[in-house]
Amino acid sequence: MELCSFLTLDSFITDPLTHDFMRKALLMSSLVAAVCGFLSSYLTLKGWALMGDAVSHSVMPGVVVAYALGLPFSLGAFIFGVGSVALIGFIKQKSRVKEDTVIGLVFTGFFALGIVLVSKIKSNIDLHSILFGSPLGISLSDVKQTIFISLLVVILLSIFRKDLMLYCFDPRHAKTVGINVFFLHYLLLTCLSLAAVVGLQSVGIILVVAMLITPGATAYLLTDKFDNMTVISVLSAIISSLIGIYVSFWFDLETGGSIVLAQTFIFLFAFLFAPRYGIFKLKKLFVGYK
Amino acid sequence: METINFQNFRIEAENICVDYNGKVALYDANLRLQPGQICGLVGMNGAGKTTFFNALTGFVNISKGKIRINGESVRSAQKDQTIAYVPQNEGIDNQFPISVWDVVMMGRYGSMNIFRCPRESDVQAVKDAIERVDLTDHLSTPIGNLSGGQRKRTFLARAIAQRASILLLDEPFSGVDIRTEKLISELFIQFKNEGKTILLSTHDMIHVREFCDLVLLINKTVVAYGETSEVFTPENITTTFGGISPDFLFGPES
Repeated sequence: MELCSFLTLDSFITDPLTHDFMRKALLMSSLVAAVCGFLSSYLTLKGWALMGDAVSHSVMPGVVVAYALGLPFSLGAFIFGVGSVALIGFIKQKSRVKEDTVIGLVFTGFFALGIVLVSKIKSNIDLHSILFGSPLGISLSDVKQTIFISLLVVILLSIFRKDLMLYCFDPRHAKTVGINVFFLHYLLLTCLSLAAVVGLQSVGIILVVAMLITPGATAYLLTDKFDNMTVISVLSAIISSLIGIYVSFWFDLETGGSIVLAQTFIFLFAFLFAPRYGIFKLKKLFVGYK
Repeated sequence: METINFQNFRIEAENICVDYNGKVALYDANLRLQPGQICGLVGMNGAGKTTFFNALTGFVNISKGKIRINGESVRSAQKDQTIAYVPQNEGIDNQFPISVWDVVMMGRYGSMNIFRCPRESDVQAVKDAIERVDLTDHLSTPIGNLSGGQRKRTFLARAIAQRASILLLDEPFSGVDIRTEKLISELFIQFKNEGKTILLSTHDMIHVREFCDLVLLINKTVVAYGETSEVFTPENITTTFGGISPDFLFGPES
């Protein structure tokens, strides 16, 4: 039967690689996953999960407008991503409404605007691919943009790696020793917007927040060292992407959803069996009680 | 005349006000500290102690008044690594995946290059600082696995590694064991002899009498300021704590 064709691991892995679109999808999704995974350790430690959700949803109208005007969609997404954060900050400061409420209402407002714009602007925008991602149908210009943005984010994060860690850990100390905290705050937000933009190609706007928080959360359960956390986060993100794409290829499943589900399963595994912080503490099973 | 005066003071705060979105946290506060002085900052929760610290470190902007650190602006004090801040244990995410070594190394960040690559001198400064707080056995221990006292000593080591001449300590004695308390007291005497200036907030009145040359009583503004023996009176303390008698606060001997 059909299922027999991937009973050997070899053909399970190599068969999809004969397709050009699959090679491209695997490469691009791994790159995107690496970028989001890198950023993920900062976001989870800073407690910016909701902010990640907000920014990734808020880029929607930017993507639509940019498509309509023939601009690179990353530009539009970036403007709306940062704009939403500015608006959240402004409303929070000028009203008595609590922050999580403000975040919720701003990003849903932006997201709704995006959906309305799609229905009004009659163009060849594929709503489905924005919402759910389309790593298998990625165009050449999208590939170039993705590579450019990914490299930019990786370079920025690498240069300011330690400063950002300090900023997440103890911003007051950072300020006291003359480090520009304002700059780091906006740097992290900029990277968040950019990562959301590249991430939405893989898994779509709705699920991109998973790319930004799940790998970091998984890594957080597995280590007590920041550098290791970053490495584990990136690796788990890449592995999830590869698993997700392969599984979606063989079983004909939605790709974005498969990638995020793979991440969720890896998280659950860490949650249950992480050596120190897992529920069953795998180490004890191996080492035995002392 | 005025500028010469500034030189003599490590910290000079003149009529400073801080407000958060129109809500006043601190007003008309003054403070002058010289090298080698230890000053206790005493007040209720919400009296503006942390705000005072934040203003001195430049973490919040003052809306009125003037702050001079060694006669210069707060901004240049930050650049010169003049001020070190030792946070309250509660002010820190102790589940952050970071080791004692890494935290203490953060004290050197301000004087490193943009990539924060430690030089030989930075490594030595961190080693020495960790030795002074007696944590050499815990170099690579994650801060989440430390006791409250050990964690306090880690942040103290960070301040030592920074080689700051002014130390601001938020509740240095809260939630620490006897050993740490003794070690911190000894370090205070060493710091004083090295000519460092120390401003510490505390709830514990016995500590004020023990270490502090000066005391600053605040309740949104300065209630009293001066030599501990003169200013730390039951009347002043009662005013600071909104009319509650010191007997009630610290027992009858006070």
